[in-house]
Amino acid sequence: MLDFEGPCRTLESPVKIMRIIVCLKPVPDPKHWNRLQLDPKTRTLVRKGIPSTINPLDRHALEAALTLREQEGGEVLIVSMAPEDSQPVLKEALAMGADRAVLLSDRMFAGSDTLGTAYVLSAGIERLGEFDLILCGDETIDGGTAQVSAQLAEFLGVPNVMHVSGLEAFPEKPWLVRSQIEHGYMVVEIEPPMVLSVVKSINTPRYVTLMNILEAEQKQIEVWSANDVTLSEPWAGLTGSPTQMADLFVPERKGMAEMITGDAKEQAAKLADRLHRLGFC
Amino acid sequence: MTDRIESKIWVFVEQRRHLVAEVGLELLRKAQTLAKPLQWKVAAVLIGRELGALADMVLSFGVDEVLVADDPLLEHYCNQAYVRAVEGAIRQYEPQVLLLGATAMGTDFAPRLAARLRTGLSAHCIDLDVTPDGQLLSLVPGWGGNVMARISCPKTRPQVATVLPGVFPVPEPGRARGKIVRLNAQLQQEDLGYRIVETKREEAPKSGLETAEIVVAGGWGIGSKADWTRVEELAAALNGAVGATRPPVDEGWAEEKQMIGQSGRTVRPRLYIGLGISGHMHHLVGVKSSELSVAINSDPKAAIFGHCDVGLVGDLKEIVPPLIEAIRQYSQQEPE
Ligand SMILES: Cc1cc2nc3c(=O)[nH]c(=O)nc-3n(C[C@H](O)[C@H](O)[C@H](O)COP(=O)(O)OP(=O)(O)OC[C@H]3O[C@@H](n4cnc5c(N)ncnc54)[C@H](O)[C@@H]3O)c2cc1C
Ligand SMILES: Nc1ncnc2c1ncn2[C@@H]1O[C@H](COP(=O)(O)O)[C@@H](O)[C@H]1O
Repeated sequence: MLDFEGPCRTLESPVKIMRIIVCLKPVPDPKHWNRLQLDPKTRTLVRKGIPSTINPLDRHALEAALTLREQEGGEVLIVSMAPEDSQPVLKEALAMGADRAVLLSDRMFAGSDTLGTAYVLSAGIERLGEFDLILCGDETIDGGTAQVSAQLAEFLGVPNVMHVSGLEAFPEKPWLVRSQIEHGYMVVEIEPPMVLSVVKSINTPRYVTLMNILEAEQKQIEVWSANDVTLSEPWAGLTGSPTQMADLFVPERKGMAEMITGDAKEQAAKLADRLHRLGFC
Repeated sequence: MTDRIESKIWVFVEQRRHLVAEVGLELLRKAQTLAKPLQWKVAAVLIGRELGALADMVLSFGVDEVLVADDPLLEHYCNQAYVRAVEGAIRQYEPQVLLLGATAMGTDFAPRLAARLRTGLSAHCIDLDVTPDGQLLSLVPGWGGNVMARISCPKTRPQVATVLPGVFPVPEPGRARGKIVRLNAQLQQEDLGYRIVETKREEAPKSGLETAEIVVAGGWGIGSKADWTRVEELAAALNGAVGATRPPVDEGWAEEKQMIGQSGRTVRPRLYIGLGISGHMHHLVGVKSSELSVAINSDPKAAIFGHCDVGLVGDLKEIVPPLIEAIRQYSQQEPE
């Protein structure tokens, strides 16, 4: 049986550096969500003028990657598909400690659904070459679809585990990955290369210091367009994506609620009385 | 050779250790409703090992076909093996619609399968519709609070959707009339991308929010971690469970498993009280089956007042303490 706790790096293990890729999505900062609008024509979000930030769970994915690099050595690469003006978000990821970043940016990528996104990311990753681990967040806060990690793994033909709350890497034997399921978790044995998507409880992301930000100035962000990667299938972009937003509508309301009025004390008394008569207290 | 499969809607009925996830049954009934006007047949899809008894059980929910992928290699869940188990049959029999529960397993299996089939998937839906020409419309909350979006998948088949557990009622079993069809899975050891070595339960399955009769939920309007105790005290006074919107979870006032809504849990209580919650659809979809819903919000224009039964406009800091006091007094008068 494998020991979930036990670390083990044998002296004989070959000196091959581990390559970890973190898929990171810039999302509109939730603090400014009240300013977000939908474009009535394309039915996609208009993000203009709204600051972007790292998708919260992707910060946890990056933290997991950095921790692993500290333990096992290796390099951490960021891959992101986003508009070109998202570079400050990638800079922040570099300041957190990533070594390099690739921004996949092209007008033809805009409006991609998850299949399209996963396909473009897989094309970028194919160009980067071999990898041991790809880390994603379980879901993004703007799309909330929680599909990209599994679909990326499918395009790359590697196994994937979602809902990951713990991970233990071993050279030359299967890794142990803990994945949250209903009312508990499961532990799986899995061998690199693989894709994992993480949940919040896996770690606490580190803070970025001023020194980190200065250091990150030295690091590069490479921007790749559609011409820089091989896209032989048609899934990218709004028109390539299989799912479409058919329409938006305002759901039926129950009608305006019955209002309980008065000053705070009266309101409280009336509500308590009501709940009492209904048998709730 | 497998028998011909005629069903146009396939519903994945998830099982772990031969325990069926209720959402699979919820979706079977919904699928039957959707299929009726189109005169489509409905199949349940079961994947695992030694599923004979389970297949009979599922048949009693009145489906036309139960498709069974039964193989020793399918004893434990692995998404790649599961994809392999159904991929061939899907390509051969071309179902129009494929539904799965948005569970830990469903949210992992569905995207992998949809990507293999190169088709569209709409996730975490809260309702479904099928047009007369067979297009699946999946409802998800849209941006900006009050809107819902319908997602379609016009060009590729099958149209795949994951649906939140608990949005449709669990049906009662009835008379079995369909047939069982074995899928020829032909799995190899290489189809298993990983191996489950341990499964651990951390909480009782029938506890907490999903089964609570009374839910008191707090939102961003609660104000701080210290003030969060108000939510807990009111819930305690009513003997109910504590729920939350997303911001309190992000702030660490509440736990992730307390989040109600599209990315969280669905509740069906007899009484729901929302404190300092504005009423975004992302949250409301998780409470829409509450029997009686009450909202306290300082903004008279808050959207939640259009979706609940009883509303109180005012500062929750002033209303909640005397409310707790009054409830406690009633409870003391007539102890149960
Ligand atoms: C893909 C996606 C999935 C999501 N999933 C979920 C989900 O599952 N669950 C969820 O909850 N959210 C979810 N969200 C977030 C959701 O869109 C809203 O942002 C969130 O529900 C708002 O929470 P809130 O009502 O607590 O906060 P706000 O919208 O900020 O509302 C706070 C309310 O408190 C009131 N208030 C302030 N002070 C007081 C006071 N002293 N007394 C009384 N009232 C006061 C204000 O008037 C206001 O109406 C999701 C978002 C996305 C994009
Ligand atoms: N445009 C993108 N660029 C890079 N990574 C992404 C992108 N979209 C999604 N991801 C990754 O996939 C995860 C799940 O996203 P989603 O399926 O959109 O909820 C995210 O947490 C990211 O790690």
